[in-house]
Amino acid sequence: MRIRVDNVSKSYGDARARRVEALTGVTFTVEAEELVAVVGPSGCGKSTLLNLLAGLLRPDAGTIDFEGPLRAGRPATAMVFQEFALFPWRTAQSNVEFGLEESGVPARERRAIARRFIELTGLGGFETRYPHQLSGGMRQRVGIARALAVDPAVLLMDEPFSALDAQTRQLMQEELLAIWARTRQTILYVTHNIHEAVFMADRVVVLSRRPGRVLEIVPVELPRPRVEGMLGEAVFLGAVERIWSLIKSQAREALREGAA
Amino acid sequence: MSRRAAPDRARLLVRREHPVARIAGLAGLLVLWELLTRTGWIPPLFLPSPLAVLGSGLEMLRSGELTTHVVTSLERIALGFGLGALAGVAVGLAVGVFGVLEAIGNPIIAATFPVPKIALLPLLILWLGIGEASKVAVITLGVFFPMAINTYTGVRHADPLLIRAAVSFGAGRWSLIRKVMLPSALPMVFAGLKLGAGTSLLLLVAAEMIAASSGIGFLVLNAQNLMETTRLMVGIVLLSLLGLASHWLLSRLERVAIPWKADA
Repeated sequence: MRIRVDNVSKSYGDARARRVEALTGVTFTVEAEELVAVVGPSGCGKSTLLNLLAGLLRPDAGTIDFEGPLRAGRPATAMVFQEFALFPWRTAQSNVEFGLEESGVPARERRAIARRFIELTGLGGFETRYPHQLSGGMRQRVGIARALAVDPAVLLMDEPFSALDAQTRQLMQEELLAIWARTRQTILYVTHNIHEAVFMADRVVVLSRRPGRVLEIVPVELPRPRVEGMLGEAVFLGAVERIWSLIKSQAREALREGAA
Repeated sequence: MSRRAAPDRARLLVRREHPVARIAGLAGLLVLWELLTRTGWIPPLFLPSPLAVLGSGLEMLRSGELTTHVVTSLERIALGFGLGALAGVAVGLAVGVFGVLEAIGNPIIAATFPVPKIALLPLLILWLGIGEASKVAVITLGVFFPMAINTYTGVRHADPLLIRAAVSFGAGRWSLIRKVMLPSALPMVFAGLKLGAGTSLLLLVAAEMIAASSGIGFLVLNAQNLMETTRLMVGIVLLSLLGLASHWLLSRLERVAIPWKADA
């Protein structure tokens, strides 16, 4: 499924009831089965963009369209959250089943589907654990399995690995790519980590700081499967350098103003 | 180069358990009490010995008197506590979920909550008569408020991120209430139940002292009227056991109902 974001703007009232422009005139497309990363400095409206795509916010102007055939009963999007957002009162298995419950999948089928994604995400043996009994990496596996289980046409990922330690993050990135090679969702991946964006994505949408607009869309000409060894390649470093040069001055301004 | 061992500061960071002291304290108090009463310094009319209280309690158990009082009191508590808890959770949930009900309900609860419930007993007797209904009603009221307020607070403090996550997976209003807000509020609900258990015991005794011919509160007041201090003490011990038992029961129930907190 193809995502078309066309001239989207969004502002909201902050705590002191001032209007804050989060996004202005944002336009880009994500092709079917493409993995596009969105990077930008703090406060560039990355999360706002994802919330718009998930239908949790409505744009003030512009349109967001999902183009392509959608099988009946299959949701357009599912989200993976930065802080995992697992239900603490549900076991791993039950968390994975949540979206299926809400789509009205019968219990027996639900269990079977959940089992499949539990295996796929390497959670086998942890089905009956509660989130607090799992490590950060395992929790986010549950988050990913929960999103994949509803078989969304588009997977929205909001800094999914930024709460994890650096080593776990690297492993999870590769694992996610391996899973994606099998499931082939369209993925929109938001991160503040440029290396991560380049390592994962086919193209990187670079946003400016508030109000967020598209500075440039940087293609990543690395073959797949992506492996750790590519982190030192000229193509990889060139893309990282290009993106950093785009947002460096803006990140510095954000730092000075203490913007979040 | 001088060598020095790493400083030992660990002592300050560990809190040792003292299992013997736990038992010795309570046992010591009982022994001291028994000894004091035996010496005759304290007349039994003021403070009967622990053994005398135990003996009297066993005697009352044999005669069936004890069971009658306890069963009567338990019935009043069970009914009042049950009704109050159910109504409190229902109202707290409704007020927490729906903005309109919050706007209507909050000022009403804030205005009525501070009234000491025992002050309403005369009014309740006027309305419902001197029988069981007024006693149950005063307990119901006493339990209702902490339950409603706690449930409401629990619902309102449900993690917005979890609500967002649920909505993003297509959860509707009813799903949100059942699968996110209610479980979020559960720890607060149990805190309310424990508060309510204490309150209901207090109100039970007060109501039974004002207008009753049976029950533990009646037993205590009646024994005092007849200068039977030993029987009075039996009543007090019973109440303390009842308080302990209800707390223990609720804690057990809490562990079953909130398994995700069990080994947090």
